[in-house]
Amino acid sequence: MSASTRDGPVMAWRRRNPVLGFIMAQPLGAAGLVVILVMAAAAIFANVVAPYDPEAIDFLAMLSPPSMEHPLGADAFGRDILTRIIYGARTALTIGFLSSFLGCTIGGLLGVTSAYFGGRVDLILQRFVDIVLSFPIIVLALVVVAVVGHRPIMGIDLNLIAAISIPIMPRAARVIRSAALAVRAMPYVDAARAGGYTHSHIILRHMAPNVLAPYLILLTAYIAQAILLEASLSFLGLGVSEPKPAWGLMLSGDSSNFYQEAPWMILFPGLAISLAVFAFNLFGDSLRDWLDPKFRT
Amino acid sequence: MTDHINSRNFSRRTALALPALGFSALSLPGHARAQGDGPPRRGGTLTYAVAAEPPTYDLHATSTFAVMHRVAPHYSTLLRYEAHNYPNVVGDVAESWTAADDRLSYTFKLHSNIRFHDGTPLTSEDVKASYDRLRAPPEGVVSNRLPSFQQIAAIETPDPLTVVFRMKAVDASIMDTFSSPWNSIFSAARLRADPNFPARNVMGSGPFRFVEHVAGSHWAGERFDGYFRDGHPYLDGFRAITMSPSAMVNALSGRQIMAEFRGFTPNERDRIVRALGEDSLVQESSWMLHMILTFNTKQKPFDDARVRRALSLAIDRWGGSQNLSRISQLGQVGGLVRPGSSWSATPEEMQKWPGYGRDMVANRAEAKRLLREAGHENLTFTLLDRNHQPYVTAGIFLIDQWRQIGVRVEHQQAELSAWYAAQGSGNFSALVDSFTQFSDDPTNVLVKYISSDRAEINVSGSTDRELDRLFDQQASTVDPVARKALVRQFETRLFDESYAVPILWWQRIVVMNRRVRGWTMAPTHMIYQDLGDVWLSA
Repeated sequence: MSASTRDGPVMAWRRRNPVLGFIMAQPLGAAGLVVILVMAAAAIFANVVAPYDPEAIDFLAMLSPPSMEHPLGADAFGRDILTRIIYGARTALTIGFLSSFLGCTIGGLLGVTSAYFGGRVDLILQRFVDIVLSFPIIVLALVVVAVVGHRPIMGIDLNLIAAISIPIMPRAARVIRSAALAVRAMPYVDAARAGGYTHSHIILRHMAPNVLAPYLILLTAYIAQAILLEASLSFLGLGVSEPKPAWGLMLSGDSSNFYQEAPWMILFPGLAISLAVFAFNLFGDSLRDWLDPKFRT
Repeated sequence: MTDHINSRNFSRRTALALPALGFSALSLPGHARAQGDGPPRRGGTLTYAVAAEPPTYDLHATSTFAVMHRVAPHYSTLLRYEAHNYPNVVGDVAESWTAADDRLSYTFKLHSNIRFHDGTPLTSEDVKASYDRLRAPPEGVVSNRLPSFQQIAAIETPDPLTVVFRMKAVDASIMDTFSSPWNSIFSAARLRADPNFPARNVMGSGPFRFVEHVAGSHWAGERFDGYFRDGHPYLDGFRAITMSPSAMVNALSGRQIMAEFRGFTPNERDRIVRALGEDSLVQESSWMLHMILTFNTKQKPFDDARVRRALSLAIDRWGGSQNLSRISQLGQVGGLVRPGSSWSATPEEMQKWPGYGRDMVANRAEAKRLLREAGHENLTFTLLDRNHQPYVTAGIFLIDQWRQIGVRVEHQQAELSAWYAAQGSGNFSALVDSFTQFSDDPTNVLVKYISSDRAEINVSGSTDRELDRLFDQQASTVDPVARKALVRQFETRLFDESYAVPILWWQRIVVMNRRVRGWTMAPTHMIYQDLGDVWLSA
């Protein structure tokens, strides 16, 4: 009996070509991935694909409706909205990915450490996680960014990334810990301890790689959360500063003053945020289904 | 100035076109009577909004409208600006006055029927105690405009209704000092008991008695029946409600408040007019408030005049004025004194200053040359700004202007306290600043630009004895023509050095419910706030 007959066509494709297998098994997730790739390409090649300079003021185009010159219209300073959305993707993806990566990685390591040591260490770490989890994610990010301020280096605000990643850490720690508890019970971990390996060696080399699946799922899911957080903080005036293009920022300031006369000022950035979050969520959910053995049918 | 904009069919094009009309048709100071006031009507409580909490109750110690717009109704001043006739001066507690021929003494006769809210009579002793507190504050007392009183040598009180001010030298702006809304008259007895009494208590002789201040909520005043002007005030009381600017628009549109006296943006004006329709009253004027670009002259590369001048040269003020006035309160191009005032330069004179020429191609080429010469072709720095409008608009505009000469700027938007802290500590490179005054008198305005060791409000850290000399000379020059020439010299010198340069002047747009009558629009939001003449129509 051939593999395809025994496991079905999807499983066969999964073995032969994982990408095609993912597309066949998770078409919605694949659609999300396409949107993410398009956004990433736009962000990387923004200075090639964007029709204008995102910070260039054009008084002649102030509040212009969508037209051939400005397909998505222009804002109160005459800046092209399409251009600012393209460059905004760079801001959203950079801050979204870095924040999620930082939050999930540090949180994940805390979770694995907590699961590995158990006992008092686990108790203390998890109560600390409980305390941090009791704060709504946006409130915690607001507090952090208000306290640490801004520290832009090469156009990337490191403090903003830290502010967004800190609320992600306890959430990632809690999820990864539950996965790591199962790994901790595996005989090879006991064998490694009996073999005299150090704690850090066991955590990093034997346990962490075995929680990679939930880690990747969390990573994609929290990129969407981080994009939303960045947009929210920028909307509240605590994120990216004008005139840098950022989707949340495009919804605040003059947009809130002119949304009646120029609805395109809020419509298109809002759509960009929704589309990005939707795409990452679709992809994240599909990735979970794809990687989780319980969903493999 | 006074006009009503019909809300129906209010299009984006109309919104963009109105400000341009506003300068010519609507900005005529003293035109407020055109609203057809009729005979004043007694009664009612005026509710209006104030955007910030007062840091003190003491008018001598502060410069913020947050205090003025609440506290002014409780106090009197020696003189005041005549309602509907700015800048003409009339008496407040002074019934009459004379100036000596040599302008070295001023004698004031006070009204005999003035009483404080506690029932005690207001006499020359109270005027003397208040002005002594202003010119020589006791320890622990803040006098925020100390340089204004430096020429007063002595204050004499030959009888309870006469005050004589003896001058050290001629002070061309002294009548503005006597009319200043900040120089309120406090009770001498209360000051003797506690020199800081006005910081935490309100007890004056103005048209309204203090009722209560609930921090974060409201400030209330009630009619003072013993007020010395017959028939005034007309209102039973007032209630100043603390709220954010965005909430004000909704509150005014929803008729929860009747007025806000500082000003709205053009777009906010249009939204309120659309909501209130025929019940809205819009009054517009130029404003004694200008946005300033200040360089930290103690920090490289801003210790180099070529760099400062280049950055000023790169700003297209005329283009900015025409277009930013459509979306913000930023308006006219001007020098150091309010454009359109009797002291201001003409547009032709302005165009000779660096950064005021209309040929932006030539200006930018010169700016690039200066930066190259100074060795800062690829200059990058951080612009410190406040985090609300129209400061942010000014910051975005400046960054775009500098982008066009190859200068990259990081925009740092700070909360008010952090912004003040950075100013105080000198922890900034370049700063978007603003400056407002209660009168057009040059001394009141130029003080912002004299050496920082003479005026703390100059945050650039500059020291320029030539500017100081010109300032002192104009301050003692009575002849307006000669004084105006000195002001021009001061401006020319300042623009050459560019320690701090005006960006644009603000436009004042006051929108209120048409029921509010008798209030006077002015090019400053610091005067006409005692509400003694204000009344509410049915």
